Amino acid sequence: MTIHAPLAPTPLMQVRDLNKNFGPVRACRDVSFDLRRGEILGIVGESGSGKTTLLRCISGQTAPSSGEVLFDSQRHGLRDIFALSEQERRRIAREEWGYVHQNPRDGLRMRVSGGANVVEPLLMNNVRHYGRMRTQSLDWFAKVELDGARVDGKPRTFSGGMQQRLQIARNLIHNPSLIFMDEPTGGLDVSVQARLLDLMRVLVREMGLAAIIVTHDIGVARLLADRLLVMKSGEVVEQGLTDQVLDDPQHGYTQLLVSSVLQI
Amino acid sequence: MTSQQNRKPEAYNYAYLDEQTKRMIRRAILKAVAIPGYQVPFGSREMPVPYGWGTGGIQVTAAIIGPDDVYKCIDQGADDTTNAVSIRRFFARVADVATTERTQDATIIQTRHRIPEAPLREGQIMVYQVPQPEPLRFLEPRETETRAMHAYEEYGLQYLSLYESVSAFGRIAGGAGYPVLVDERYLMSPSPIPKFDNPKLHQSEALHLFGAGREKRIYAVPPHTDVRSLDFEDYPFEVQSWDEVCGLCGCPDSYKDEVILDDEGNRMFVCSDSAYCGERRAAGHAGPLAGHALDSAPQEEALP
Repeated sequence: MTIHAPLAPTPLMQVRDLNKNFGPVRACRDVSFDLRRGEILGIVGESGSGKTTLLRCISGQTAPSSGEVLFDSQRHGLRDIFALSEQERRRIAREEWGYVHQNPRDGLRMRVSGGANVVEPLLMNNVRHYGRMRTQSLDWFAKVELDGARVDGKPRTFSGGMQQRLQIARNLIHNPSLIFMDEPTGGLDVSVQARLLDLMRVLVREMGLAAIIVTHDIGVARLLADRLLVMKSGEVVEQGLTDQVLDDPQHGYTQLLVSSVLQI
Repeated sequence: MTSQQNRKPEAYNYAYLDEQTKRMIRRAILKAVAIPGYQVPFGSREMPVPYGWGTGGIQVTAAIIGPDDVYKCIDQGADDTTNAVSIRRFFARVADVATTERTQDATIIQTRHRIPEAPLREGQIMVYQVPQPEPLRFLEPRETETRAMHAYEEYGLQYLSLYESVSAFGRIAGGAGYPVLVDERYLMSPSPIPKFDNPKLHQSEALHLFGAGREKRIYAVPPHTDVRSLDFEDYPFEVQSWDEVCGLCGCPDSYKDEVILDDEGNRMFVCSDSAYCGERRAAGHAGPLAGHALDSAPQEEALP
């Protein structure tokens, strides 16, 4: 079902024995995985299973209690991002990562126009030429199927699906090597979800970027992900190729998860 | 410098604030001068005027003023507006200083909206009353985040406001409080002075002190410091200009206020710096509306 992009031999990201505790609550326990360039990794599991905490840790927003998150950045090579200074970590996030929030209001600046939202990563990476940025913002409006005439409209005048597409454009314009997505299709109706998924699949494949997608929607995982990580109570209970995990689930919880999907 | 030996004991300490407070503010000022453009927190006090009326500027002035100083206070460029008059009177009373309207004679000039037209010289101190010291506040409401941005010199976000301005108006339209980079390091809001005055901060002879009372911050531009207004490669920074000359003194290149004269669309432009305009008139310059009172203009329908 998924088309496999050629994978580079060295990992883009390596997570080693990551633990995150909130007091007595063990939100992530001994999570380890590799992510290669151009690969899309899905993280599935029920709510409260530690998916979002894991995403926040590996995207540098929350420090893990123990363990390592290695990322192969252009400036530093394969290094633990939490061994770098906060300044360097923020620079990696700015230059080489994107982060798509579940709620577009968390990922967009609601007080500036859609076009300005899309070019913000360019500004953060020291582009100082208005004309070039304007052209690129219009290009990206077209790529995510937004009407270029709305480029100066505020995000609040956009529908939920349009806001989510705006957020995706904003996270791809600076050509990152890795994009994090937290429930990118949550809160959208099914037809909008389908178009958005299709769009993301095309863009991610075209740009050859790696993605880590957190979702509780098995359908989203099957459509987008090359590999799956199944989480339960903070632990990874099963991981493997998407088709393998979904068609032949080994762990009891994964079997339950797969069988609970409505068959249409 | 602070207390006068021969004054009779009064209810208030010299320059209103107590000595410990003035010392604390001076420490903040010294740090601000040492790190140009950096916002230094200080323990802002309750003042006998409300926030927004210049409490930050008054505290900075109170901390640096002495009986030998000559004090000038302007509001919107004018010496004779209510706020300027009452603050000037306040310091004349509590700090026993001479006051003036002449920019050249003043040693301390307190202002909110303008830098005077007359060039500043070495030894003068400009004190600004700042309503919002954080230039990134409109774009990033989190103080923790803006502090990190200053610390790591991540100023891309500020250009977002310029981008918005160009896409909405076809030019960088911001008129006042135009963001500047001080000494190529700290991003700074130059208080709500018009961008017309921004170039006067660059390599200025005078010391510029900014006090924000409500936000409890002090920052500074020391003399001979680089101050660059932000812009784009294809939209360079430019200041306002007027086609009209000053109606009273005929000055072509000062910062003008527009004054509506009637409800038939008549208007005049006058220098916003009233002391500068007055001096020019005293020296014999006259604008198109100088010298003849409004009621001598031809009146078609005189009211009974």
